[in-house]
Amino acid sequence: MCPSFIQVDVVIPTQTKYLDLIGSIGERIAKELDNFTGDRAALAYQLNLVLTEATVNAIKHGCDNEPQNCVRVTIQLQENELNIKVFDHGQGFDLETVPLPDFEHPGESGMGIFLIRSYMDSVTYTRQSDYNVLEIIKHLQ
Amino acid sequence: MNLNLEKINGCNVLTILDERIDAHNSGELKEYLLQMIEHGEQQIIVQLVHVRFIDSSGLGALLSGNKHIIAKSGRFALTNIQKQVLSMFELTRLNRVFEIYADLNEAFSNEG
Repeated sequence: MCPSFIQVDVVIPTQTKYLDLIGSIGERIAKELDNFTGDRAALAYQLNLVLTEATVNAIKHGCDNEPQNCVRVTIQLQENELNIKVFDHGQGFDLETVPLPDFEHPGESGMGIFLIRSYMDSVTYTRQSDYNVLEIIKHLQ
Repeated sequence: MNLNLEKINGCNVLTILDERIDAHNSGELKEYLLQMIEHGEQQIIVQLVHVRFIDSSGLGALLSGNKHIIAKSGRFALTNIQKQVLSMFELTRLNRVFEIYADLNEAFSNEG
């Protein structure tokens, strides 16, 4: 059996109309996985969601609202590890200070990072000199 | 955003026709709901039968409608939620905040 390897590298303008495109790529990858034995429909939704939330985050917080800026998203599947990176060129944020949502008095925003963390195994945000990267890892069964 | 609004039993039944609610169209949904509430509508049932994807901004738009109508002593309910979408309400515990019904009949039979 061939080992699973998929690599996707997409660059989109910082416009929310491209969210569907990015999310759909994740959904399609979930449907194409050869060795995945879990709930495929749930995984498809989760990858769509995680890619959507991460890209929105980069569009809203990362790019200083400069329309000429772009968001780069890479998705790599190697063996059973799915690695998603979303690059932005903005001021960035501190992932560790993002609070949990207030479940008793839920707000209309602020759930994106919580959702990503809930569905994925590892989430990190690294600031480099000229870009930032949100890296998300999920170990597939 | 593609929406269909009809009055049934004196209640506004808003059917979302788009399959996807995300940060691209959730602002429009939020605005539409707020305008209905500002115009004095007190009962809104949102049918999500066609919606196969919702993100956090979509949940936020529905939450906004829910909060504003309850503040005016009105009623806001959701029906026909697909399985994966419902899991989002459960994960965020918003299933405890919204009135959620299997379908319109159940929503009407639990009225008031």
